[in-house]
Amino acid sequence: MSSTPAIELKGITKTFGSVIANDNVDLTVNHGEILAILGENGSGKTTLMNMISGIYFPDKGTIKVDGKEAVIASPSDAFNYKIGMIHQHFKLVDIFTATENIILGLNDGKYNLKKSRQKIVDICEQFGFELEPDRKIYEMSVSEKQTVEIVKVLYRGAEILILDEPTAVLTPQEIDKLFTVLKKMRESGKAIIIITHKLNEVMAISDRVSVLCKGKYIGTVKTSQTNEKQLTEMMVGHKIELNIQRDEVKDAVDRLVVKNVNCQDMEGLPVLTDVSFTARAGEILGIAGIAGSGQKELLEAIAGLQRVTGEITYIDPESGKLENLRDKTPTQIQDLGVRLSFVPEDRLGMGLVGNMNITDNMMLRSYNKGHSIAVDRKAPKNLAEEIIEKLEVVTPGTNTPVRRLSGGNVQKVLVGREIAAAPTVFMAAYPVRGLDINSSFTIYNLLNDQKKKGVAVIFVGEDLDVLLALCDRILVLSSGKVSGIVDARTAKKEEIGLLMTKSSHQTDKEEA
Amino acid sequence: MENTSVNGKKAHEPLFHLVKRDSIKFWQSWLIRIGAVVAALIIVAIIASLMGYDPLSFYKTMWEGSFGSKRKIWKFLQSGAVLLGLAVALAPAFRMRFWNTGAEGQALIGGLAAAAVMQFATGVPSAVQIIFVIGAGVLAGAIWGFLPAVCKANWGTNETLFTLMMNYIAMQLTSFFIYSWDKSGHGNLGIINRKTKLGWLPSLGGNEYILAIIVVLLVTIGIHIYLVYLKHGYELAVVGESENTARYVGINVKKVIIRTMILSGALCGLVGVLVVSGIDHTITKDSIGGQGFTAIMVSWMAKFNPFYMIFCALLIIFLERGGSEVSTVLGLNDSFSEIVSGIIILFIIGSEFFINYRIMFNKHRREVEG
Repeated sequence: MSSTPAIELKGITKTFGSVIANDNVDLTVNHGEILAILGENGSGKTTLMNMISGIYFPDKGTIKVDGKEAVIASPSDAFNYKIGMIHQHFKLVDIFTATENIILGLNDGKYNLKKSRQKIVDICEQFGFELEPDRKIYEMSVSEKQTVEIVKVLYRGAEILILDEPTAVLTPQEIDKLFTVLKKMRESGKAIIIITHKLNEVMAISDRVSVLCKGKYIGTVKTSQTNEKQLTEMMVGHKIELNIQRDEVKDAVDRLVVKNVNCQDMEGLPVLTDVSFTARAGEILGIAGIAGSGQKELLEAIAGLQRVTGEITYIDPESGKLENLRDKTPTQIQDLGVRLSFVPEDRLGMGLVGNMNITDNMMLRSYNKGHSIAVDRKAPKNLAEEIIEKLEVVTPGTNTPVRRLSGGNVQKVLVGREIAAAPTVFMAAYPVRGLDINSSFTIYNLLNDQKKKGVAVIFVGEDLDVLLALCDRILVLSSGKVSGIVDARTAKKEEIGLLMTKSSHQTDKEEA
Repeated sequence: MENTSVNGKKAHEPLFHLVKRDSIKFWQSWLIRIGAVVAALIIVAIIASLMGYDPLSFYKTMWEGSFGSKRKIWKFLQSGAVLLGLAVALAPAFRMRFWNTGAEGQALIGGLAAAAVMQFATGVPSAVQIIFVIGAGVLAGAIWGFLPAVCKANWGTNETLFTLMMNYIAMQLTSFFIYSWDKSGHGNLGIINRKTKLGWLPSLGGNEYILAIIVVLLVTIGIHIYLVYLKHGYELAVVGESENTARYVGINVKKVIIRTMILSGALCGLVGVLVVSGIDHTITKDSIGGQGFTAIMVSWMAKFNPFYMIFCALLIIFLERGGSEVSTVLGLNDSFSEIVSGIIILFIIGSEFFINYRIMFNKHRREVEG
């Protein structure tokens, strides 16, 4: 590609305390090009982009915009250099319309909604966005909100766009739409940087790929001249097997029967509607759905943390006795002899206590055993040491507060503790979110081990490729309803994508 | 590649940035704290000399406020014990992130109950009466802790405001009862049971100061054990860090909140008993003298660690007593001694910032590779 560089980074270094987030990174993006920045969590992608968009200031190194050296010390500086960033978490005012949000904070002297609205419509037409300018944010789906964010930076005249993990919250169909739009923007000469750790997306959309690994710049390759395997090796630093193993299900018996479960949120709106399914021992049941479709409430209902109506019945593997779990507290469920383990989505806010050390976190599940009024820290300490060794948790010791550990290690501590209880039902919500490839595979293996041991595993995931590769059956939730239960060995990604959006928003155009 | 001139834009570049420290060595953090106190003392010395006083004699007088005589030393330790007792009583609540601002009222109501028993339960043997005195004070304090906890646990009321308001109720109740008990009409009870010494806590070995000190030290050790080694202490720490986690592992959050506040209030009540029937032998609505509020600061400065509280409480008392000594001996007005305490405490609290963060100056010279 023979176009001019839009932005050039040279020798960028940024440290946080003793942590080197970016170490001497060089990067160039041209006009009319999509550059993917690939790297695992914690490899410094977002830090690097935050320096371009003026949120952080580099310790060392130079940034050039259109060939001229630039000092970007604040987001408004970045704006003056026509750099716009679309963050992973949207920053929109819910009760304002799309138009109002787009012109919010823009101080160009005049406030003319009509004119602004027209300009927005023009932008949408030019690039093929589907956006209703007068719709309020709270009425919008996640992908529509993202569209508002993108149009917002275009409205401000951005020539260089940075998208931080834009596909994380989208369905496959929405991702396709986003990519179409990005390609149109490329044609019009914009420089686009897309941060991601999903390889298939890199291959699908980018012209070149720059890889970061542990804060270091590894290199840049042309997408057309590389493949997923090579990129993974660059990203992880060594060779890795990318296949998730899946054993055949042997004589699965019903372990947990959920029937007609209904649940409402604080405002009385339904979050779960008539949810029914059966989880079987020795099987991994996947749960797919757009974020916030009731996954959290469903697992919490089973764990005794949500008030629901309907039936939740546990079938004891030894005696075959039926136990009703509805309206029981976690302690009561434990007292029934039901060994239910739960890895919640909010690891440090629910599964663990961030400020406590690993030993004290091990104790959460077991401290109340026995009649002594004193706590016993010996057994939990042994357990902590065992988990650190077996799961290769990187930590200075058992006395380190868990919030100091990296995401992957936090998750190993949590999953390790939950597995240590020798569960008969194992539930995990987004257990690999934010984890690097190695840690993710550790978790997949642990789930597979549980399946082999005859545990009923329930796995809530967001990456459909992983769900399809790991699970035996997949239950799809859409707005709190079960829109389908499919066989993961035969199902197609698009099929699940359609089920995810069924009856919630206006149905997407038929595909395939 | 040539380095283009960026002089015009250098003004943009921030001069320094703050970096959160991962960890700090124990001695380093204390070096920073001691450095802060020294810096504060120097600044106070400069102000004092600007006002025409000799800084050395100023500090000497201050020192003598606490250590000038044997009696002053005992007084210093006794006042320290009262403040420490209240700070330690707050520790369980604060570890649970329950901001109990009601130590003043919980102690005062405990003292009031003790005074009532001293005055009226006179028909029983003196040992039994002392037990009643203590029991009544502890119970009253516990009730004063229980009420805000129940409302917080069930209806999510704001505990800070609730406990704060309970202080004023305790003060007004105390005023009310003093007026209705006092027949002289002065609103002043005088020493209760001056002749019989009924209901007075015993003075150990003839030393009237030592009892409060010993009791408070025992409470301090007890609370340390409670917080670190008992299941109760673990539960309240989990509730304080994350109610969601507590629910997730099956801790009864309401029960823990109520239980912990009963303990906190009861201990404040005990300190009230120490003040009323062990030290003052009378009660006014200022018997606790604002130490219930100062204790909040002590508890925070010590990061809710009962043993650190010993040092913090003694430091505050040292400053208070030194300040009043300076104002009487050197004839300075009260405000100046308060300014001195203020400066020193501000520096100590401010030093926490430098313990948590490091200041990094940005290097302006950029190195350009050829």
